[in-house]
Amino acid sequence: MSTSEQQAARPRLAVPELLIGIGLLACAGAVAWQTLAIPVSPLYSKVGPTVFPYITMIGMTILSLLLIVAAVRGGWQPEEEKETPTDWKAMGIVAVGLVANLVLIQPLGFTAASVIMFVLICHGFGSRHPLRDVLLGLILALAAYFGFARALGVNIGAGFIENQLNTVLDSIIRMLRA
Amino acid sequence: METLGHLANGFSVAFTPVNLMWCLLGTTLGTAIGVLPGLGPALTIALLLPITYQVAPEASFILFAGIYYGAMYGGSTTSILLNTPGESATIVTALEGNRMARSGRGGAALATSAIGSFVAGTLGTVGVAFLAPVVVKFALSFGPAEYFSLMVLAFITVSAVLGSSSVRGLTSLFVGFVIGMIGVDLQTGQPRFTFGMSQLLDGVDVIVVAVGLFAVGETFYMASRRYAGKDEIVPLRGSLYMTAAEWARSWKAWLRGALLGFPIGALPAGGAEIPTFLSYAIEKKLSKHKEEFGTVGAIEGVAGPEAANNASAAGVLVPMLTLGLPTSATAAIMLSAFQSYGINPGPMLFMTQANLVWGLIASLFIANVILVILNLPLIGLWVRLLKIPAPQLYAGILVFATVGTYGISQSPTDLVILYLLGGAGFLMRRFDFPTAPVIIGMILWPLAETQFRRAMTISNGDWSVFYKHPLSLTLLTLAFIGLIGPHIWAYVEHRRRRGPEHVPGDA
Repeated sequence: MSTSEQQAARPRLAVPELLIGIGLLACAGAVAWQTLAIPVSPLYSKVGPTVFPYITMIGMTILSLLLIVAAVRGGWQPEEEKETPTDWKAMGIVAVGLVANLVLIQPLGFTAASVIMFVLICHGFGSRHPLRDVLLGLILALAAYFGFARALGVNIGAGFIENQLNTVLDSIIRMLRA
Repeated sequence: METLGHLANGFSVAFTPVNLMWCLLGTTLGTAIGVLPGLGPALTIALLLPITYQVAPEASFILFAGIYYGAMYGGSTTSILLNTPGESATIVTALEGNRMARSGRGGAALATSAIGSFVAGTLGTVGVAFLAPVVVKFALSFGPAEYFSLMVLAFITVSAVLGSSSVRGLTSLFVGFVIGMIGVDLQTGQPRFTFGMSQLLDGVDVIVVAVGLFAVGETFYMASRRYAGKDEIVPLRGSLYMTAAEWARSWKAWLRGALLGFPIGALPAGGAEIPTFLSYAIEKKLSKHKEEFGTVGAIEGVAGPEAANNASAAGVLVPMLTLGLPTSATAAIMLSAFQSYGINPGPMLFMTQANLVWGLIASLFIANVILVILNLPLIGLWVRLLKIPAPQLYAGILVFATVGTYGISQSPTDLVILYLLGGAGFLMRRFDFPTAPVIIGMILWPLAETQFRRAMTISNGDWSVFYKHPLSLTLLTLAFIGLIGPHIWAYVEHRRRRGPEHVPGDA
């Protein structure tokens, strides 16, 4: 293949891979900063709390440098991935859905926030039936809420919808017991 | 013969109606998530970890083990009918299985993989029952230095030896180390890697990491690849009954696959990829129908790797239960379930928690029987799951991801960490970094640190303890060979046939 020979002759700098390498080097820097911030108690002399952080710091630094070298030599991204263009718009809408959930979960409660997230993610993936998605999202969120919150005893933030339904459910249970 | 007595006791635990119900629930759920692309056993068990606060350890481990085995069965259905491997270990099954489905023999492919999974899963479970007590006897002589060296070996094998690149595998592992160290150091009470944030003092929950990498990361990745073209579901045709010729071609492949998968799974290296690929290569070499490989699909190429996959899944339980050494993401999350009960897996587990261990092993036999029934006569049900459209599937996964994460402590901080890890998971998927080492690293690094400090305390701060004990030295040498060996070999190979061939960026 002629392209691979050209690559062999002069490997091109792979920018995304280089950014990953630099990002990891920055992480190694953050690890170093946090490692140096660990106070060492003079009372404990054998193996303090800093030995393993130091090992991690050194390992991270070496590995990120190796990745940067690999990026300069042409990167390692699989061909298949390079050929497929990234759908940034779809990813963006999914991300908006997640942020909406994060912002709304406390004021509106789990169910309402989940329905909004559900509809946005479906939209990002190309679904064009928002009303059907609202209904599906509501059913799923309620199933998740009552499955987890009531059966598993996990406490998820309750909002308006959950409080209403909990009141209804509790009164039904009381009626059945009576 | 001691083992048989323990097993009988185990069956008396597993055969209680409640535990049978957990087993049925686990296997059903496991098959479903195995069939659904984008969901795996590691993610599912992570989301269900809160159950450990509600039920007895026997019940939750029977549930988790059912999910673990069920996902292996379900994954092969997706591979065969959709050509999208549901699990990484079923990549090879897709090679021949999907070709068989396309040439109208999907029924036989599903049958050989389900029955092969049953045969190999049962053999593998027998292997666990008989090998585990042997390993336990051996492991009782381990000191902290040996444990530490064993963990180092496991770190190297799960990240550097397996997978496409040792540098990227190790990078994932070290990211896991960093996450694992966040929080208060248990021995000295000092906060580490918390960036001064009080929310991080308790550390990062494994649920958040698993859900972030596997659910959020996967959703981003699938959203980003909408241009990649879709795989179509091959309609299920052909009878589920195998002909005599197909049985004759399958049974040897099952046994060979099981014999290959179990030992490799039981090594402190783990991973189902290697035995499945090995089994595929062997079956292709031994087959009398070589012309079917890569064309219409050869049944041996489905039977062998499927058996190897399930046997190695059983094998992974040996180091996990006997040494507390998880070698897959799922096993690492199960280990954290043990920790949540305050139980430490290791040789003592077989003495102190005999009911739990043997009940779990017995339930694996039951799970295999349930699974072969669930996956053959009821196969039509699972095929229908494949038709769930991607938008609603991934949106639904994220609703459950929110429940699992927000439910831990109702703190939006957890959601922020979840989404950041989801972004990282996307990059890892896109740039070919393995994700399992992150989970294994974050669970095992603090345990390695404990053993290291214990060893150093016993030896009065003398480092030589790690290389003066012969076993510890052997393990560390093996780890070193595992790290350096492949590179030297590649270099020698490269020197030997120095041609125009250039492998771009072999990091």
